[in-house]
Amino acid sequence: MPARLALCLILTLLAGLPAAAQGFAGMGSTAAEGFSSPGPETRLTFPHDHGPHPDFRIEWWYLTANLTGPDNIDYGVQWTLFRSALAPREAEGWASPQIWMGHAAATTPESHYFAERLARGGIGQAGVDTAPFEAWIDDWRMAGDDDLRKLQLTARGTAFAYDLTLSAQGPLVLHGRNGYSVKSADGQASHYYSQPHYRIAGTLTLPSGPVAVTGQGWLDREWSSQPLAADQSGWDWFSLSFETGARLMGFRLRGARGDFTSGTWIAPDGRATPLAPGAFQADPLEEATVAGRTLPIRWRVTLPERGLDVEVSALNAQSWMDTSFAYWEGPVRVSGSHGGRGYLEMTGYE
Amino acid sequence: MIAAALQALGSHWRRHPLQLATLLAGLALATALWSAVQAINAEARASYARAATQIGAGGLDVLEAPGGPIPLARYVELRRAGWQLSPVLEGRARLGEDRVSVLGLDPLSHPPLPALEAATEGDPETLAQMLARGGLLFAAPALAATLSATPGLPAVHASDRVPPGLVLTDIGVAERLLARPGQIDRLLILPGQPAGLTPLEQLAPDLQRRPSRTGTDTARLTDSFHLNLTAFGLLSFAVGLFIVHGTVGLAFEQRRAMVRTLRALGLSLRLLTGLMLGELLVLALIGGALGLVLGYLVAAALLPDVAATLRGLYGAPVAGGLSLRPSWVLGGLAMALTGTGLASAQALWRMTRMPLLSAPGLQAWAQRAARGERRMALTGLGLIAAGVAALGPVKGLIGGFALIAGIMLGAALLLPPTLGLVLRLGRRFARGPVGDWIWADMRAQLPGIGLALMALLLALAANIGVGTMVSSFRLTFTGWLDQRLVSELYLTARDDAQGARIAEWLIPRSDAVLPIRSAEFTVQGVPVTVYGVVDHPTYSRNWPLLEQTPNAWDRVNAGAAVFINEQLARSAALWSGDDVQLAPGWTLPVAGVYSDYGNPTGQAIVALPALLAHASAVPNRRFGVRLDPGQVPDLIRDLRTAFDLPASALIDQAGLKAQSLAVFDKTFVVTGALNLLTLGVAGFAILTSLLTLWSLRLPQLAPVWALGMTRGQLARLELARSVLLAAITALLALPLGLVLAWALLAVINVQAFGWRLPMYLFPVDWLRLFVLALVAAGLAAALPARRLYRLPPTELLKVFANAR
Amino acid sequence: MLLQIEDVTKTYPGARPVLQGVSLSLDAGQTLALTGESGSGKSTLLHLAGALDSFDSGEITLCGTPLSGLDDTGRAALRRSRVALVFQQFNLIPSLTVGQNLSFHARLAGRHDPAWTHELTDRLGLGDLTGRYPEQLSGGQQQRVAIGRALAARPDLLLADEPTGNLDETASAAVMALMLDLVRDSGTALFLVTHSERVAARLDLRAHLRGGRIA
Repeated sequence: MPARLALCLILTLLAGLPAAAQGFAGMGSTAAEGFSSPGPETRLTFPHDHGPHPDFRIEWWYLTANLTGPDNIDYGVQWTLFRSALAPREAEGWASPQIWMGHAAATTPESHYFAERLARGGIGQAGVDTAPFEAWIDDWRMAGDDDLRKLQLTARGTAFAYDLTLSAQGPLVLHGRNGYSVKSADGQASHYYSQPHYRIAGTLTLPSGPVAVTGQGWLDREWSSQPLAADQSGWDWFSLSFETGARLMGFRLRGARGDFTSGTWIAPDGRATPLAPGAFQADPLEEATVAGRTLPIRWRVTLPERGLDVEVSALNAQSWMDTSFAYWEGPVRVSGSHGGRGYLEMTGYE
Repeated sequence: MIAAALQALGSHWRRHPLQLATLLAGLALATALWSAVQAINAEARASYARAATQIGAGGLDVLEAPGGPIPLARYVELRRAGWQLSPVLEGRARLGEDRVSVLGLDPLSHPPLPALEAATEGDPETLAQMLARGGLLFAAPALAATLSATPGLPAVHASDRVPPGLVLTDIGVAERLLARPGQIDRLLILPGQPAGLTPLEQLAPDLQRRPSRTGTDTARLTDSFHLNLTAFGLLSFAVGLFIVHGTVGLAFEQRRAMVRTLRALGLSLRLLTGLMLGELLVLALIGGALGLVLGYLVAAALLPDVAATLRGLYGAPVAGGLSLRPSWVLGGLAMALTGTGLASAQALWRMTRMPLLSAPGLQAWAQRAARGERRMALTGLGLIAAGVAALGPVKGLIGGFALIAGIMLGAALLLPPTLGLVLRLGRRFARGPVGDWIWADMRAQLPGIGLALMALLLALAANIGVGTMVSSFRLTFTGWLDQRLVSELYLTARDDAQGARIAEWLIPRSDAVLPIRSAEFTVQGVPVTVYGVVDHPTYSRNWPLLEQTPNAWDRVNAGAAVFINEQLARSAALWSGDDVQLAPGWTLPVAGVYSDYGNPTGQAIVALPALLAHASAVPNRRFGVRLDPGQVPDLIRDLRTAFDLPASALIDQAGLKAQSLAVFDKTFVVTGALNLLTLGVAGFAILTSLLTLWSLRLPQLAPVWALGMTRGQLARLELARSVLLAAITALLALPLGLVLAWALLAVINVQAFGWRLPMYLFPVDWLRLFVLALVAAGLAAALPARRLYRLPPTELLKVFANAR
Repeated sequence: MLLQIEDVTKTYPGARPVLQGVSLSLDAGQTLALTGESGSGKSTLLHLAGALDSFDSGEITLCGTPLSGLDDTGRAALRRSRVALVFQQFNLIPSLTVGQNLSFHARLAGRHDPAWTHELTDRLGLGDLTGRYPEQLSGGQQQRVAIGRALAARPDLLLADEPTGNLDETASAAVMALMLDLVRDSGTALFLVTHSERVAARLDLRAHLRGGRIA
């Protein structure tokens, strides 16, 4: 991959990722460039909103999974398709302004494998269809029925591959207010919903050979045109599934003017409760050197209103995604008031 | 003691400043011509290498479709099968007034390109601009300037990291500029493919995988051109060394007495040899440095034409500017040192063998000369035999040059014996004592001036040989153009659709509309352009066939046979009657071979329907139009108004021929210039020899003068003698030049370009060259002759009195 | 009078006068010895008498021809036809054989007499050497060839400038004896520059130069 080249590209285009916080100042006036802005009055409709929104600047289909092998070893799997638009439209052929990027990873307690794909829209190399649902880039696919209840997930890199079957055990979850998720005190927001209830079975192929795995998965869908405030430099994002059957999505956006935290509490039956800003607390307990920088790999996460006080620790501290733009993304273990598993994403650590 | 010895040795040069100047000039000339050629070659090679890193794909394998482009859908299909590929579309397009190469690629998947990296580093928005709707063209500054001034083009980014004459852009922009939507020329197979992919042979049996050709292609095509230049540079160098040899020899000769004295005074031979070696080293460095300056100027003057040739003939990306490389400076100085060493070896060796006290020679000069000539004759014959023998085992261009080197050097060595023979013969016909003396004297002078005459022989033979080759080539080429360019008008449409409309529009307005359509195939691993022609007498009547089978045109028109060009025939060893496989499942017998001097690559001709059946997406934009030549201007005007065609899209026959001949002439500008320079150096070599022989001449002339001849008579005789020797040498150079021409046409050209040319003779050129040689020799002799004429009798009388 | 030198002066550019009002005369068949110190102008006087160089003033008449009025061509013609020269060294044409050298002047003067040349060759003892080149001869042999060549042309006047100056005593005496014999036998006048009193004593006339004047 032309890493440096793509890095420049992505830094310029992909507004959704805090790693480029300094570059965001110019992205504030989205209206001038013709992109739509998320609005609190927007009501999400499915299956339409499972598909792409080319008039928004950025969008992703983001699936993480905590898996277990026959010998009780824990694994993590990531499958992400990013869409980034140079202009708010779609066109046929090379003229399309839509850029697609795929990230796939497989994490074991000892190793972390990842791969990246880039593609131009308009020629069919990557995209998302809704009837039936298919999201793809090259030979990586996430495909299934219209309501995303059954999905087949595949990806492969030079050293790993996976082929997983996902079936949803609960309903879709809309974050924030009806899927309108506020990201800063200034009102930056995105449209954001999840399907956190997947049960998963399939095969994970590692350099040592294929492993039959089972576990649970969490799909995030988010699109926006200006998701971060100018001063925000990165985020820490948690998706945790507890043994009680309850789930928690929480994030901390780090900003010069103070952190902004938010999240959603998901009851075992799938009922979602948005968390008030500041209710969700995440504090680093231990740091480690990863790819030459210092990152917290053990956290204390608290949500007093739910009696939650847990320690979240990385399964593999070196879950570094050394892709065009680099970030930390890996499976975590949860212990304390609640036991469980989940995924942690950390961006913007320089 | 060393200082004193050095002073004594150096005093020689102070007393003979002309000799010093001659020595330095000889060294400088030899180094200059050689370095000039080296600088040109190095610049071209650096351009290729730069181009390879600027637009190359780092030696990645590529996938290609025989006979046509790869559809975009095919690329997506392979990507979706997991293969990591990167699409490339390239072609020639006229952008404004410039005809440029357009290289379109997908910056997201393509391996890093310096131009893009530099641009995005400077401004991260660059890439977005490249992919956005308007697009962005990357071009070298000169081209970028003209493109920026052309309306209707995307924005232009000037970058010195793009090869000259090339426009680098997104594939989406390229397909618009080239009017080839949805087409891909090749797919780079990227490193780091995922595990467990279905093999390409299974997924895409219709696509061929081959190693990357970018860069190596240019190098292969232009290798012969550079080898030609190198050979010429070496020849010039050798000619220059003759001058050095002459002067160094004389300087050592004249210092014999001094060396003897110094040794008698107790200086060891080893020390003396060391001092003189040191002296030569210093002289070589000075001469070499002067030569480098001169060479740089010559190269800078010649490079624009060379660059134009390489771009025009081979499409090789070479800019006209020259840069100074340390390796070139060091190489030039090393060459000067080596040359000085070579040229001085004999003189040094002689000095070390010189006895402390001189003894009278037992052998007469005539016997020594005869023995030397016998030795030279044997060596010369041996060299010629070796050159001829080398042609067998040493294949290719190197063998050809070995042949030429053997013949040239051998012939040069044969010159003094041959001249000796001629002079002995001449003496038989001499009348009177003066005639007797002149012939005998020339014979006696031969060992001294022989080397300069060898230089003249080589220069003249090279002139005749190369001149004959170029003129033969030009004559053949002109005739071939007449046969090949038969249509009165050639036009290029914007795209296929416009092409079809124009063709329809033209049918009632012309005698015939002949589409010019081609597709790329691979024959025996070599790219071949296959043209499809319609059945029209224009072709069968005029096409320049070198050999053909019965009913050749009928069979080709029926799609049952193929014509191939001479280059393909020679490189693939395919001739009439052989079968040639153009694509899997498409094999045709060769119906004939045609001469093709327009390009160095392979070509073939089949019936148009046959081509269309085997190639996808054959562009239909170029046409030849047959009509009354008188109507051409009107038709051009009508076409331009009816279809809004730019002037450059319509070229009449005369214009095309003129363009072709212009390219041709550019190709040989350098050859001509080097030719003339070599002749100049040879003339200078004669002058040097005569000047250095000057002091040795006086004891020979003084007795004759004393016996009753005037200085004027003697001066005129000196002039005549030089001209006569040059004349005999020139006469001997003629057959040698013709042999050289033959070798160039029948051996070198076949290897270098893939075609063999008929040889034509140009006696008027020879006559001109003959006169030129006489003038050069006369001019060279004029200076010493004038000096003799003006010499006070006292100087002549000193010969008889001074103890020498 | 074969040779008449009257009040001749000669100065080389940038030097003191070499000859200052020298007068001499020589009849046909007469022999004259010119002696003098080194640098006294002996050779110069001989050169002027041989029409090899021009003088500043005075007159030299050779075979009735005043030299002052002659240009280069005239002087060359006179040298060719009337006089013969033998110098100290380098008399011979290196590219010609002894035989060719011997007959060269005679042929140039258009007076080649093979019988006479042959006789001279024999008497000078050069019979075996005619096929050789000058560089293969000893100094004495070379000077004998030069004398032979000079006399073969049957000149009116033989000018010899220390013809044995480069030879050892024995060779010198032999060569000088041969020359004087041959000069007498052929009736040629001789103008000999020498430093040897013994040789000078054998000639008809004698002149001594000192400081550019006849003493």
